[in-house]
Amino acid sequence: MIEILSQTALATVQDLGRVGALGFGVGTSGAMDNLALAAGNLLLGNAEGDAGVEVQVFPFDVRFQAACTFAVTGADCGATLDGVPVLPWWVCAARAGQVLQLRPPRVAAWRGSRAYLCLAGGVDVPVALGSRSTQLRGAFGGHAGRALRQGDVLPVGAAGAAPRAVGFGVQPAGLVEPLLQDGLPAIRVMPAAEHDCYTPDSRAAFWQQPWKITPQSDRYGFRLAGPSLTPTVPLELRSHGIVPGVIQVPHGGQPIVQMRDAQPTGGYPKIGTVIDADLWRLGQAPIGSQIRFVACDWAGAQQASAWNRRYLDDIRRLTALYRGLRDRG
Amino acid sequence: MSEAVPLVSLLGDTALLLEAPGATSLEAQRRIWALAREAQTWPEIAEAVPGMNNLMLTVHQPLPSPAGVIRRLQEAWPAVVPLALAGRVVELPVTYGGEGGPHMADVLAHTGLDVDEVVARHAAPDYPVYAIGSHPGYCYLGGMDPRIATPRRHSPVLRLPGGSVSIGGQQTGVSASDGPSGWNTIGSTTMCFFDPSLPQPCLLSPGDTIRFRVARVIR
Repeated sequence: MIEILSQTALATVQDLGRVGALGFGVGTSGAMDNLALAAGNLLLGNAEGDAGVEVQVFPFDVRFQAACTFAVTGADCGATLDGVPVLPWWVCAARAGQVLQLRPPRVAAWRGSRAYLCLAGGVDVPVALGSRSTQLRGAFGGHAGRALRQGDVLPVGAAGAAPRAVGFGVQPAGLVEPLLQDGLPAIRVMPAAEHDCYTPDSRAAFWQQPWKITPQSDRYGFRLAGPSLTPTVPLELRSHGIVPGVIQVPHGGQPIVQMRDAQPTGGYPKIGTVIDADLWRLGQAPIGSQIRFVACDWAGAQQASAWNRRYLDDIRRLTALYRGLRDRG
Repeated sequence: MSEAVPLVSLLGDTALLLEAPGATSLEAQRRIWALAREAQTWPEIAEAVPGMNNLMLTVHQPLPSPAGVIRRLQEAWPAVVPLALAGRVVELPVTYGGEGGPHMADVLAHTGLDVDEVVARHAAPDYPVYAIGSHPGYCYLGGMDPRIATPRRHSPVLRLPGGSVSIGGQQTGVSASDGPSGWNTIGSTTMCFFDPSLPQPCLLSPGDTIRFRVARVIR
């Protein structure tokens, strides 16, 4: 069990998302940086899709009520255990009573904005509609269907009690495979249905100009600031299914990228969709930072997904290898 | 038979969207329901999600190319037999106006009708549930009297209570949980539309019908 000591919240229990409930009006939710959560789980010997705690407001403090093996992945937030620094993306052991503190993310070689506290055994909240992710709008899933509060106690899966190898880690995907375009983080995007309905100037600006992530950005969507995007004629669409990554352009002309807590339907025109493999990159982009969109096609998106898959498969293989060596030693 | 070819577009590399050709109609929606039922059986498809005269298909990964699914959709569209779902009729008692209907005055101002006329026109039709979406348990309805259509609000209300009965453009609906909304709320109901602990968590499904009953009118 871990106890939340922080007063600030917006931290939520997330796994890799809720699949198969779109038809009930239920969006997927899930970790904004799915690679970081999956990597942390694999390091700990968990299933890739076990639940962890997504932290996006710092400082964030928790107390381990029992001994627990853990890893903090995602943004490098200068974590300490009873005041002693612990490495990011590294398997560590906590004794009962120890306090883990996460600080605001450091401006490191790779700058993220969300950290994941992964626990051996996973956060063992009840599964709701196939997932442990918090569904904020529906007020179910995760811990009591809401963001965590001071005093909340989260159960850890029974498998977490078994001793695990500690003292090893991996490199963040953002360091292994950085993606830049003209000096800014790049996000690969496929054109969507209404892309060609925008003026040539608007289309050029969309692909060539930097986009700033405004403070009105959260797990539901990232509101971007940049050149105004104008359709050649006003567009009125019927409500239709959407997925995280869809880039909508409301009448004001400033795009909104739908993120993991996106509603499952929408009606604004769509100029593009962030490819599935790059949603974690955008999910880690800090508020106030700038990004660029880079055109991608289906084949490119599949290649990017294959890279993500290999990255996680390597972690799984290396973890098994390391554990094997430790057991023999 | 529908001669026009539906438009199929990509929603990134995880989903496709089919738009029915022509004006929004219950007949086209019956074709969407039928296509959803069929596409759900295709091995590439994870989930088939009907919208308002459109259909989103999420795909299992990896899928080297979407071309096969697109071709299959375009072939299936004219071939499917429209599905006339005969669902349940659910009656919702509504308190119109007052605290639970804070934007009734805006609807009156826009339509030029009085309260009794708006209430009568709103409660008169049977509303078919076209699709579920927006938020858990929410129903997209067809069939509203165009005389009471009122444009969406300039700025959304940040937190509207669940059960709010609202008009947005040509559509009406009932919010299933607390949340933001850009629609004009004219009344309220206390029905529970969603329970995640149930195997079928939504009160209503596509093909069901909502009938609003005037419980009370607060002037």
